[in-house]
Amino acid sequence: MAKPIRIKDHLNDAGIVQRRIILAVLFILLLAFGLLARMYWLQVVQYEHHSTLSENNRVHVQPVPPARGRIHDRNGVVLAENRPSFSLSITRERTTDLDATIELLRELLQLGDDDIEQLRRRLQQARRPFEAVPVMFNLTEEQIARIAVNQFRLPGIDVQASFVRHYPQAEHFAHSVGYVGRINEREQERIDPVAYAGTHYIGKTGVERFYEDLLHGKVGYEEVETNARGRVLRVLKRTEPVSGRDLTLHLDSDLQAVAEQALGNRRGAVVAIEPKSGGVLAFVSQPAFNPNLFVTGISHADYGALRDSLDQPLFNRVLRGLYPPGSTIKQIVALAGLDYGVTTRTARVYDPGFYQLPNNSHKYRNWNRYGDGWVDMKLAMARSNDTYFYDLAHKLGIDRMHEFMSQFGLGSRVSLDMFEETAGLMPSREWKRASRRQPWYPGETLITGIGQGYMLTTPLQLAQSTALIANRGVWKRPRMLMTADGLPPDEEDTPPDVVLKNPDDWDFIIKTMEEVMHGERGTSRAAAAGAPYRMAGKTGTAQVVAIAQGARYDSEALKERHRDHALFVGFAPLDDPQIAVAVMVENGESGGRVAAPVARALFDAWLLEPEPSPETDDPEADNVMEEAP
Amino acid sequence: MKPLAGISPPDSRGLRREPWWMRLHVDPWLLLLVLVLAGVAGFVLYSASSKSMAMVYRQGAHYAIGLAAMICVAQFKPRLMERWLPPAYLISVFLLLLVLLVGTEAKGAQRWIRIPGLITFQPSEIMKLVMPMSVAWYLGRREMPPRFKHVCVCLLIILVPVVLILKQPDLGTTLLIAASGLFGLLLAGLRWRYILGSILLLVPGAAAMWFFVMHGYQKQRVLTFLNPESDPLGAGWNIIQSKAAIGSGGVFGKGWLQGTQSHLDFLPEGHTDFIIAVLAEEFGLVGVALLLFVYLLIIARGLYITHHAQESFSKLLAGSITLTFFVYVFVNIGMVSGLLPVVGVPLPLISYGGTSLITLLVGFGILMSIHTHRKWMTQR
Repeated sequence: MAKPIRIKDHLNDAGIVQRRIILAVLFILLLAFGLLARMYWLQVVQYEHHSTLSENNRVHVQPVPPARGRIHDRNGVVLAENRPSFSLSITRERTTDLDATIELLRELLQLGDDDIEQLRRRLQQARRPFEAVPVMFNLTEEQIARIAVNQFRLPGIDVQASFVRHYPQAEHFAHSVGYVGRINEREQERIDPVAYAGTHYIGKTGVERFYEDLLHGKVGYEEVETNARGRVLRVLKRTEPVSGRDLTLHLDSDLQAVAEQALGNRRGAVVAIEPKSGGVLAFVSQPAFNPNLFVTGISHADYGALRDSLDQPLFNRVLRGLYPPGSTIKQIVALAGLDYGVTTRTARVYDPGFYQLPNNSHKYRNWNRYGDGWVDMKLAMARSNDTYFYDLAHKLGIDRMHEFMSQFGLGSRVSLDMFEETAGLMPSREWKRASRRQPWYPGETLITGIGQGYMLTTPLQLAQSTALIANRGVWKRPRMLMTADGLPPDEEDTPPDVVLKNPDDWDFIIKTMEEVMHGERGTSRAAAAGAPYRMAGKTGTAQVVAIAQGARYDSEALKERHRDHALFVGFAPLDDPQIAVAVMVENGESGGRVAAPVARALFDAWLLEPEPSPETDDPEADNVMEEAP
Repeated sequence: MKPLAGISPPDSRGLRREPWWMRLHVDPWLLLLVLVLAGVAGFVLYSASSKSMAMVYRQGAHYAIGLAAMICVAQFKPRLMERWLPPAYLISVFLLLLVLLVGTEAKGAQRWIRIPGLITFQPSEIMKLVMPMSVAWYLGRREMPPRFKHVCVCLLIILVPVVLILKQPDLGTTLLIAASGLFGLLLAGLRWRYILGSILLLVPGAAAMWFFVMHGYQKQRVLTFLNPESDPLGAGWNIIQSKAAIGSGGVFGKGWLQGTQSHLDFLPEGHTDFIIAVLAEEFGLVGVALLLFVYLLIIARGLYITHHAQESFSKLLAGSITLTFFVYVFVNIGMVSGLLPVVGVPLPLISYGGTSLITLLVGFGILMSIHTHRKWMTQR
């Protein structure tokens, strides 16, 4: 029966479609009536409402910016807050003659050409129709009065009270907390224009930048009715903005002050980390700058002075300063030697004052030109003996050193929430081939073993690797944020913990670091003298200028800025580490003499409770042994 | 024997004498109504574009191209369209895939294919025509009402392009194309138990999505979409302004070129998707009612053509083109007046823009082809 009823089907089909068409007509009439009813509602029933709004007045939606979250240190000391300030804003649609109005402002407020140029630049900012654009901030009482008196000549000009970010601690937290500034064109493209309607500031650096999303809050809005001249007559509807989250940081202002004091007026960086939490307790990059200058826009002169200063106050030394770590990574090299079994705790190496590779006449010098004789690992650490570590590095080889030391975060970004951090460099064969198109030379392995050569680290990485040793391999990424409205930050991408084949090696290596501080021949024993607790540490120096083969290092002859950087890493107390510190003093020359006392000051301040820590010069300071690359 | 409506019986010599429009393959009623709307569009556009004659000319050119395309398409027999349909569907789907892979991006959506030096076009516009044809083609040769198996195949035919267009993303076009396919199914007499069943499935399905699958921010986006006025700085801005413009028009409107709301830059997209607000402000409720009346006349003519179409394919195709046209009208006016969420659907034949206008006119060309290529036959 191959479709004998096709004709019948066809008629049936036509019937089906016809019934559906009738249904469709009914639906269409119903919906069209619905549309007409809606129009009737808007145009007849609500006509009065809409026509008043449109004829004499205008409805218009104003964003209400949220209050930016405040930032506190761990004890509740305010690091960033919002202060009321009066600003002058221009609504271009309401001005009759913009140029004339600006001229009048120049006259009234005695503005210079720079101010006018800045004002015009701010006017360029993207905005909605009838949106007021703030162009001058922090008006004085007198300026406000002058504008008020001349208000009738200044259509479209308003004085508005608004909140402006303020950093009460000024330069003390400039590098850690960072600052906010006016949203620039590039940021304009990145942000959600709705979320930032009404907001004129955005985090530029530091915590302000990293936690921008938490700090910013949610925009509110007002539906307002304005008269023909643009004055707001009444608020029709208001939805409150939601303030940004308040952040509590791990930072401790008191400890920060101690660190800055201990560093004195030297250039350098100090980072203190609580090993258990990874919280950054102190974060010093000296010299610093006053972040308040940047908030409403820094003047050309001020910025030029900061930018061109030889001391580089804008440079974040903790996160972006790349220094050869020098001897401060020797404990990690020693751990690698034990873990790979290329040496033992007691194996000894003879140090005649230098090391030579087989079949090579080049002498790799120990800092002590006369040599330390037979040294084992403990003595090598205490004396920071270079020959021992040349030998150890040679036995390890660069591949194993790269693999092992990378686990400590060297050569990668370690922080959880620090925006500016750079990765540094942990060199490897592959890296050298890729970046320099050269093979790796054995001599380069040796100097990597004492933290010289290509290797570059930030002070933060040094502090982190030290905290990792204090934690016996358990990773906690360094972080600024303790809580945001009671919530801790999310742990992200935590690197795998460092697991040693023999976990006792942790204790042994910490013992060798204790020897540095408390041992008879320790390079830093002066800094540890008289402490009521035990500490572990390692000194280091980083060359600024390469020393020619055979030449003698003569600090007197070098210009101050060519002197070595002094480094120190350490933690305390030994039995239950509470604080790990990395100190870098630019051109400080001696890790033991210059950097270690800074760390000691921090240890004392953090561990010895109510007693304030008077950083007195230790009488034994003169006995400190000199120590070199 | 009763002659078919609109077609004169054979003359005494038994030769076929067809009226002039039958020979030209043009439907005079549709053509007249389209021209009326073209005139309205010119006036409203002139006002909405702040008296830009250039814009009116450009839209005039779009109209000229569209009308020419319409008359061209009307010359083809529906049979011919039916024959070429399967490859046309496959090519359209392929082009949609191509858009996602190598398409040109603009305003955050990837909708265009650019052949450098030649043309730039939107494959989704082609799909607007191919979709109702595909469903009509598939169902037209099967028994009605469609069986379960056929319904499933049909849904697949609809779903593939819909998903591809949704990914671009283009919500408005997706909606129109899905509607045009579903209308084919509904006209073919889709059984009520399927219709009710799918509604009953959709409701708990959506609820489950809401409570178990969606994240907070996604929910927020849906809420803003459904109620744009909760976001007055973003999506709701247009609606607040367009409502004020429409409402202030009153019964008779403020008069041509006299609208204030729509001229103060308050109304974004005033000449494209939101043009009805300008019309409503300047011509009032009376203007809107008249416009709606013209639209209903077009739809009435379309359904008349559907009714008189002689093959299932033509019937389903004419029906879904006509009903989809109403979806344009309803969704556009509904969204501008704040009844419906905002999706990008233009006001048909009035909104500024060439692409969708030409597609619409080609659709009318298909209607004309169906109506003027009927075979000489009688109906009991």
